[in-house]
Amino acid sequence: MARTDARERAPRLERSRSERWIGGVAGGIGHHLGVQPNAVRVAFVVLSFAAGFGIVVYVLTWLLAPLEAETDGAQPAMRRIALPTPRRAFGIGFVIAGLLALLWLGGLWFEGNLAWPVVLAAIGFAVLWARGDGRWTLASLGTPLSFTRFAIGAVLILAGMAVFLVGRTSLESVGNVLVGMIVALGGAALLAGPWVWTMGRQLVEERSSRVRSEERAEMAAHLHDSVLQTLALIQRSTSPREMTSLARTQERELRAWLYGRAPELAGVRLRDAVDSMAGRIERQHQVSVEAVVVGDAEMDERLRGLVNACAEAVANAAVHSGSTAISVYVEVETETVTAFVRDQGSGFDPAAVPADRRGIADSIVGRMERHGGTATVHSQPGAGTEVVLKLPRRASS
Amino acid sequence: MTVRIFIVDDHELFRSGVRSELGRDLEIVGDAGRVEEAVPAILDRTPDVVLLDVHMPAGGGRAVIEAVRPERPEVKFLALSVSDAAEDVIGIIRAGARGYVTKSISAKELSSAVQRVHDGDAVFSPRLAGFVLDAFGGEAPQPLDPELDLLSKREREVLRYIARGYTYKEVAHELHISVKTVETHVSAVLRKLQLSNRYELTRWAADRRLV
Repeated sequence: MARTDARERAPRLERSRSERWIGGVAGGIGHHLGVQPNAVRVAFVVLSFAAGFGIVVYVLTWLLAPLEAETDGAQPAMRRIALPTPRRAFGIGFVIAGLLALLWLGGLWFEGNLAWPVVLAAIGFAVLWARGDGRWTLASLGTPLSFTRFAIGAVLILAGMAVFLVGRTSLESVGNVLVGMIVALGGAALLAGPWVWTMGRQLVEERSSRVRSEERAEMAAHLHDSVLQTLALIQRSTSPREMTSLARTQERELRAWLYGRAPELAGVRLRDAVDSMAGRIERQHQVSVEAVVVGDAEMDERLRGLVNACAEAVANAAVHSGSTAISVYVEVETETVTAFVRDQGSGFDPAAVPADRRGIADSIVGRMERHGGTATVHSQPGAGTEVVLKLPRRASS
Repeated sequence: MTVRIFIVDDHELFRSGVRSELGRDLEIVGDAGRVEEAVPAILDRTPDVVLLDVHMPAGGGRAVIEAVRPERPEVKFLALSVSDAAEDVIGIIRAGARGYVTKSISAKELSSAVQRVHDGDAVFSPRLAGFVLDAFGGEAPQPLDPELDLLSKREREVLRYIARGYTYKEVAHELHISVKTVETHVSAVLRKLQLSNRYELTRWAADRRLV
């Protein structure tokens, strides 16, 4: 059954989509062996007379071989062939029945006591070794072979052997054979048992030490990418402001990492999204952003909009206010989410903003309105600026 | 009269930094890098305010507060930390610190925070205000003691302004009250934070591996 010799060169054994009458088995085997599918079909039909051996092999292959991956071109062909018309099905049925009758009458019938043992043993073998992806390895060492599967496989193989023996010898000697088999199995277990056990243990140890060293490597990589890089940057930086901003950003990142907020998850919760937004703007504009979030919520499209509008407001403050510290406060309530972005910088007269300055109008007010929220700007020359963003929790449609 | 302060921090660099920054306005009576050094020195010199690092070996700032308070109840504590973890901040406040500021604070702000703590007021950084709003937020299922377990509307308003980055003076201006009233509200919140056994607060704290 396991064509290990052919596996290296031949294409993988998978059921064909294009060459398909019933399950695509014959087409697949033909493709796999480089034979005309029709020849395979004839072989199956002939083997079916061997006490149904061909049918069993067909069904088994159908179950075990994976279906060929879908390709665009194969789809219409499959649809055409997959369902034979009733007329055609009847035709095929009659031809097969006729052939069967003819062969049976002619005495061309394989011996049942050879075919069935082979079939049983083959199924057992398949259950033990097949992985369902067309590969035939007992790689169950990696993925633990379930006991049931092992038991079923072993029982089927033993049954095959037993049936074979029964067909050949008298019933009394079967008992002797069973005893002999058990003794042989016991001997094999004694011989190979410790070796298998050691192998298994080594495998477990190897895996756990690999996990440990992977963790160490990951930590080293992280420290190298983040902390060491930042330290190098700080040594080369000339302005104290830049140094502070680098240090604060690194502090924020390291803390997020230590307290288990993985950076790849940043943005999943509102709290993390606001934190990472603050860190980003600290880096870009070399200001310190104090972000405080009360409550939390799952991020969605609209909250994403709020955080982006917030980011725009913080960036505006960083660029225009002249203040080096910006406060962000986000509060999640049952009905609304409110964000405040405040600086204590120069401030401006909101009425006197020239119309061509699109920053606030588009990125903040427009964005909030698109998501069903509002944005208001409070500012006075000399008294700092505060942007207030309000977003209802549920879209007010 | 200058305020006499004592610095407890296991980072030598930070201690000398604070010394040189605050030395002009305040009198620094000593510093220590370890809990077991700090406790006898504080008991001996009885400073007005202790600047306390939250994270230190052997129990951290909490251990210092717990050892000193029974002996010298007049000594005030102001917690300083680089850590934003809620459990550290709430933990040190509940142990008895009068306030919490992050180490990124400017020298001028730190100096005025020390002064404020010395005057018996509480010092809330925006972050601490956020933590408190979080801890007292939501519906309390059954407040055992409404006096302690709930924030008043006004207190909540004050905390919100602080979390938004407003100074006490600006809060007073916005709410049309005096700075003294703001301080009273903040002190009341601090007391609630220290004394409340509010179910929500304890559960919130337990969630963050406190208690």
